Amino acid sequence: MLKLTDVDTHYGPLPVLKSVSLEVRVGEIVCLLGGNASGKSTTMKTILGVVRPTAGRVEFEGDRIDGLATEVIARRGISLVPEARRIFARMTVWENLSMGAFTRQKAPAGEVAQDFERVWTLFPRLKERQHQLGGTLSGGEQQMLAIGRALMARPRLLLMDEPSMGLAPVLVDQVFDIIRAINGQGTTILVVEQNAPVALSIATRGYVLQNGRIVIHDTARILLATDYVRRAYLGED
Amino acid sequence: MAQPGFPRWAAVLGLVALVAPLAAPNDYWIGVMARICLYATLALGLNIVVGFAGLLDLGYVAFFGIGSYLYTFLASAHFGLHLPFLVTLPIVILLTAGSGILIGAPTLRLAGDYLAIVTLGFGEITYLLLINLDRPVNITGGPSGIVGIDPPAVAGFALSTNTHYYYLFLAALGLTLLASARLRHSRIGWAWQAIREDELAARAMGINTTVAKLQAFAIGASFAGIGGSFLASWQRSVFPENFLFTESINILAMVIVGGMGNLLGVVAGAALLVSLPEVFRDLQRYRLLAFGLMLMVLMVFRPQGLLSFERKESSDD
Repeated sequence: MLKLTDVDTHYGPLPVLKSVSLEVRVGEIVCLLGGNASGKSTTMKTILGVVRPTAGRVEFEGDRIDGLATEVIARRGISLVPEARRIFARMTVWENLSMGAFTRQKAPAGEVAQDFERVWTLFPRLKERQHQLGGTLSGGEQQMLAIGRALMARPRLLLMDEPSMGLAPVLVDQVFDIIRAINGQGTTILVVEQNAPVALSIATRGYVLQNGRIVIHDTARILLATDYVRRAYLGED
Repeated sequence: MAQPGFPRWAAVLGLVALVAPLAAPNDYWIGVMARICLYATLALGLNIVVGFAGLLDLGYVAFFGIGSYLYTFLASAHFGLHLPFLVTLPIVILLTAGSGILIGAPTLRLAGDYLAIVTLGFGEITYLLLINLDRPVNITGGPSGIVGIDPPAVAGFALSTNTHYYYLFLAALGLTLLASARLRHSRIGWAWQAIREDELAARAMGINTTVAKLQAFAIGASFAGIGGSFLASWQRSVFPENFLFTESINILAMVIVGGMGNLLGVVAGAALLVSLPEVFRDLQRYRLLAFGLMLMVLMVFRPQGLLSFERKESSDD
């Protein structure tokens, strides 16, 4: 579904991604692990066309998308749950979700309403607070709103950038349960995380980024059992 | 997304505005009221760029100047063109909107302070062009400006008194208010607000931010085209000094004092900032001091503007 082949990305003269290749297949949850400054977020930005790769190719459903504008890529069926959530603070919950469906004004009547129902079912809290401004929500609620907003576009591929960031552990588990549920409803997911144990617990496969290179990739089960990953990311000696 | 109904009290305010000249103590104050309507139209235009789309434009006066001079070129003895008002006005609006796109395009990748600095520069460039384009070919009349501009005439009736102009400007203000309200709740309006809140998130929603920003610049500029045409035809003359940097700040202050993004607040801001210097006129040389103090008091006690944004600012998370 999504395929990066030998992607290099530079910020000015500084190389950030070095020959990154990864693949996300239909129906999978793939997680991309790595520490600070390993290039995780840059990988997301490269996929979504926020930054352009200097070499290599990015393909989505068989078409090259590198070089396309972010909004064009988004319209093709890729949604983003951004790092730090980036909800629209001075819009209500309901308006935030409507913005998620912005490109679907030609959708058949009732379809968007159905999607609202889907989001309300996943996040009953959001329904209670639908008239509240996004900026007044708690961190966890904002994360839910960011996920709900991304779902309103009916993406085939959902990119999630550090969905656990800044959340209490109990909320982290909740968010990941929901990610699994969304995947169960048929959305393919690529999730970037620092919280490796939680991410690997729901993922099909995982990649480990280090200094802009993919150093390991395997199934989540094997990664969880790999000495290197255990030491580097699971905090074990 | 919710379409707000037309509030009844807005209709009441409109009625008050219609009969206001009867209550004015003299013709001078009717002139002040006309100027309030003129500046409110300008402030509404700037509000589209700054309030709706969140793009800090410090050179808005450039569009005001471009509008004024375009009107002058088409309806004065300067080039000997005396096009009728109802022909000139739409042409000026369109051309000024075009200038909005021209000036907006190079700034698309800039945000925040950088955008402010570049737009400020465009304002200065426009002013310098107005002053210097009298040589080698006399286009703008240079520092001494252009006089002898045609007054607006519709079906043989030429506007002459301040009262006439007041009603013309009031009508335009009503239309621009209505247009602003409609725009705000249109798809473009929601795109602007999303860009103002978070540009990257807006793009990830599939919003073409390039097009949306250019639309904001073009529509904001077109309001200045209306205001410029009015100023030129009312003064019957234009001078570069009408379009100094301080005018940009003055109009921006109306938007901020009134309550950024709030349409009636913007009109109230214009009313306050145009009329206060008049009220303080008796203080003579302390007039600007009193005016400045007044603004400071306002910002201390109503930091969100006269009529606050109808929604509270976000909490800090």
